[in-house]
Amino acid sequence: MIGTAKGLFLARSEDDRRTWEISGPEFPMTGVYAVAVDKRGDQPRLFAGMTSSHYGPGLASSDDGGRSWAEPDHAPIAFPADTEASLRRVWAIAPGPADQPGRIYAGVEPSALFQSDDGGTTFELVRGLWDHPHRPNWGEGFGGQAIHTVLPHPTDGAAMLVAMSAGGVYRTGDRGATWSADNTGIKAYFLPDPWPEYGQCVHKVARDPENVDRLYAQNHHGVYRSDDGGHIWKSIADGLPSDFGFGIVAHPYRGDVIYNFPVTADGMRFPAEDQCRVFRSTDAGNTWEALTTGLPAGPYYGVVLRDAMCADDSRTAGIYFGTRTGDVFASRDEGESWTRVATSLPDVLCVRAASL
Amino acid sequence: MITILVPSALRSDVDGAARLEMPAGGSLAAILAEMDRQWPRLGRRIRDEQGQLRKFVNIYVDGEDVRRVEGLATPVPDGAEVQILPSIAGGAVG
Repeated sequence: MIGTAKGLFLARSEDDRRTWEISGPEFPMTGVYAVAVDKRGDQPRLFAGMTSSHYGPGLASSDDGGRSWAEPDHAPIAFPADTEASLRRVWAIAPGPADQPGRIYAGVEPSALFQSDDGGTTFELVRGLWDHPHRPNWGEGFGGQAIHTVLPHPTDGAAMLVAMSAGGVYRTGDRGATWSADNTGIKAYFLPDPWPEYGQCVHKVARDPENVDRLYAQNHHGVYRSDDGGHIWKSIADGLPSDFGFGIVAHPYRGDVIYNFPVTADGMRFPAEDQCRVFRSTDAGNTWEALTTGLPAGPYYGVVLRDAMCADDSRTAGIYFGTRTGDVFASRDEGESWTRVATSLPDVLCVRAASL
Repeated sequence: MITILVPSALRSDVDGAARLEMPAGGSLAAILAEMDRQWPRLGRRIRDEQGQLRKFVNIYVDGEDVRRVEGLATPVPDGAEVQILPSIAGGAVG
């Protein structure tokens, strides 16, 4: 699934990810900022969150692999009247843990978390986070003020982590009733106090598949790791050509393996050193290597946004990324080599991949 | 009765209809409330969940931009034509 600034494109491979057939766009002229594949049910359900600059946000699902899409008559995600807030955009769609098959979370703009217990047909605002005393002070990044990362704990149904721009990392251990800001060690260089309790602009957080208390964060300048479930963070940016970027991706089942696409700087949003390179660490961020085989060799100017890199769930993991210049690349060997899936698409906002 | 003219981008929300007939209901707010009831997907494309007209959706009652008249309180008399049009200002994605 390839969400772009002008609709959703689908790429299908029938030959173990060697070649791809592109279809779309679905939802033309909408920005598709969030897509998800939920494989917990009898058949995979795809989700797409789209925003029309005229007609507002929407959330659609497909139960036939993206061949047809449906939106419920009612607005699936809507702020209650007493909040006086209106949904502007769905930024994240996250299936819950395996033992909660109907549970779907949605992170949205303005910063709020919604949850569904009927597979994504109706959602309810998570009041514990909406009523958080920090909320009036949460800031707004260039992309708006949104919860863009939702990480349910894989084994503890009461625990989860969200991240927002700006505001940082928040965690709950009591099913969303109460939340704590957990940004110790993450720098907010753009604030007078660069080490605040909250207010950081965390761009994306990924969870290690083997050590579930190990987390990785790409910050608005700064790449970090936490080894205690997200409480204390330390830098793992040494070895990267830049500590700026948007996305960070964990390998789907190998611990300590992560992927990153460095961007030069906040004020210079081009790939680091103008090169199209993915950086991989196989030791939880202590060292990094550039992966370039098959990627464009010359100067390259398309950056990878926060949700525009992902891994699939195949036995030999595939890694995918799309750029703001409309290219999509895939690796069927965990990043060792790459092929071009699509070119000249609209700005790629998000990608997700799964074997169906 | 009044007539609602549906822009092409929203016709999939009303089974492809370009025109909808509705009972005259007094104000535009009442017409939109009835629209929410009969065609909820169309309704939410036009107003957000707090009932506010979306910024880049324009509604004309018999050719008058309702934002220049009485907004949602604009009267919609029997026989009126309510036209929904996307604003040219809303094409943010280029």
